[in-house]
Amino acid sequence: MSWFKRKTKGITTTTEEKKDTPKGLWYKSPTGKIIDTEELEKNFFVSPEDGYHVRIGSKEYFQILFDDNIFIELDANLASKDPLKFEDTKKYPDRLRAAEEKTGLKDAVRCAVGKSKGKNIVVACMDFAFIGGSMGSVVGEKIARAGEYALKKKLPYIIISKSGGARMQEAALSLMQLAKTSAKLAQLTDAGIPYISLCTDPTTGGTTASFAMLGDINISEPGALIGFAGPRVVRDTTGQELPEDFQTAEFLLEHGFLDFITERKDLKHKINQYIDLITNQPLRA
Amino acid sequence: MEYLEFELPIKELEDQLSKCQVIGKESDVDVTQTCEQIEKKLIATKKDIYKNLTAWQRVQLSRHPNRPYTLDHIKALCGDSFLELHGDRNVKDDKAMIGGLGKIGNQSYMFIGQQKGYNTKTRQYRNFGMSNPEGYRKALRLMKSAEKFKIPVVTLIDTPGAYPGLEAEERGQGEAIARNILEMTRLKVPIICVIIGEGASGGALGIGVGDRVLMMENTWYSVISPESCSSILWRSWEYKEQAAEALKLTAPDMKKMKLVDDIIKEPLGGAHTNREEAFLSVKKAIEKSFAELKNLSPKDLVKNRMEKYADMGVYK
Repeated sequence: MSWFKRKTKGITTTTEEKKDTPKGLWYKSPTGKIIDTEELEKNFFVSPEDGYHVRIGSKEYFQILFDDNIFIELDANLASKDPLKFEDTKKYPDRLRAAEEKTGLKDAVRCAVGKSKGKNIVVACMDFAFIGGSMGSVVGEKIARAGEYALKKKLPYIIISKSGGARMQEAALSLMQLAKTSAKLAQLTDAGIPYISLCTDPTTGGTTASFAMLGDINISEPGALIGFAGPRVVRDTTGQELPEDFQTAEFLLEHGFLDFITERKDLKHKINQYIDLITNQPLRA
Repeated sequence: MEYLEFELPIKELEDQLSKCQVIGKESDVDVTQTCEQIEKKLIATKKDIYKNLTAWQRVQLSRHPNRPYTLDHIKALCGDSFLELHGDRNVKDDKAMIGGLGKIGNQSYMFIGQQKGYNTKTRQYRNFGMSNPEGYRKALRLMKSAEKFKIPVVTLIDTPGAYPGLEAEERGQGEAIARNILEMTRLKVPIICVIIGEGASGGALGIGVGDRVLMMENTWYSVISPESCSSILWRSWEYKEQAAEALKLTAPDMKKMKLVDDIIKEPLGGAHTNREEAFLSVKKAIEKSFAELKNLSPKDLVKNRMEKYADMGVYK
């Protein structure tokens, strides 16, 4: 004998009549908190209940940093070639095309100039959605050119890193982008132009071994993964148990490689506050 | 002498030759002609094998256990004039990264390079040529010291990569390499880099930014090792040969892409088969590069170097 008895039959709706919730209406954070996507956007793409900073791209960061989302994009049409005729399980040009179709982006970084709290800044922001934010010739060249723009116009330069490392399909050409971008940053240093490195989740490999760690200040968002070798590689090589917070932004702050961690809602304010302080200008509200 | 798999036909002929010589010594049989024949065949086989090396075979040669390492080169180049200098002045002396002053002819140089070991014990001591952040910081300290006294820098590169360890991450492996790369782009003295073995990614570039970057004939230089590349892109360790081909990591490929300036010839069969000849070629190459650079003003030197790296990359 059962305790409860069903009065009516179970689900009677036919499959055809079934109503689906449109996709993308809700966002679920890794701890399981659910939020309406519109609300999420209003909250700087941070889950309000657990403070989880959702991975976002250049479109969203530009929206956060530039006044009224107004900016001019630099070198928007630079695109990758296939100098090595690289083929693994897929041909490199096919990979590029697939990434472009999926993301609507030309490559893994976008650079722009625009006003932030009324003053111009140059921002280069990486997009993880494009082949893992990997750095090949285009990423290196665009970051160097945006640096050159900042140098000529004497504007503060901000690079937002979000990358798995150098792009294997361009092999040593990718590697040399570490030198190319660092050379440009050396010129900015010599000219006394502030360079701010924002390391976001994830910043690993070649980016960490070049521009991401070379800021006049290096800053990050809560919980971001930042490291040279990935945690799996470190575990496999050393056989050591890794601390729970290994390679998080908090870990790097503790070990002295970040100046501060800021929540995304304070990002625009903190960056401009630093710029005003380091250039000895009156603080903007 | 240790032989690689593709060198087995050579081993066979060499064995035959020595047997033949033994017979000649111990009996009255005249073996001169047979020996000559084998010798001829040996030369032809060697040429055939070493002139047509695949990318993967070159990788194997670059890791040959008998290959001369950094200190072997330095001792051959400088003799007793070499004075090793230690420590990063922060935490440690990294045994995987060595450095010091020495003379080639009348000219002093600051030598810096990764050092590998030649047996199990020394390999561990040298951490297999994988530096920690303190190694890169030691290298930078020595470069800055060289700059202060206008001494040219020579770096000898031979590393399977920067060490991926817990402490390395804690002490900022990425930052250490990044800082070196930046400072090397604007160092006011000539920098000559020679890849003498393995040139693996950031670990190599961390002491690899220079006015002249030279690769010995049987070395490799790329963004990742063929094994790791295979494991990431093919999701298996089995495709290392294909990965080596795809990465275009040999000296001729790197020269063609204008990512290195020149190739240093090695004796047939690799640097280990005739060390003295290999050391001499490296010495000549360093002296030639320095002669081309020594009269440039620091300003031009840095400008040229920055322009060289600015030109690297292919895009549309």
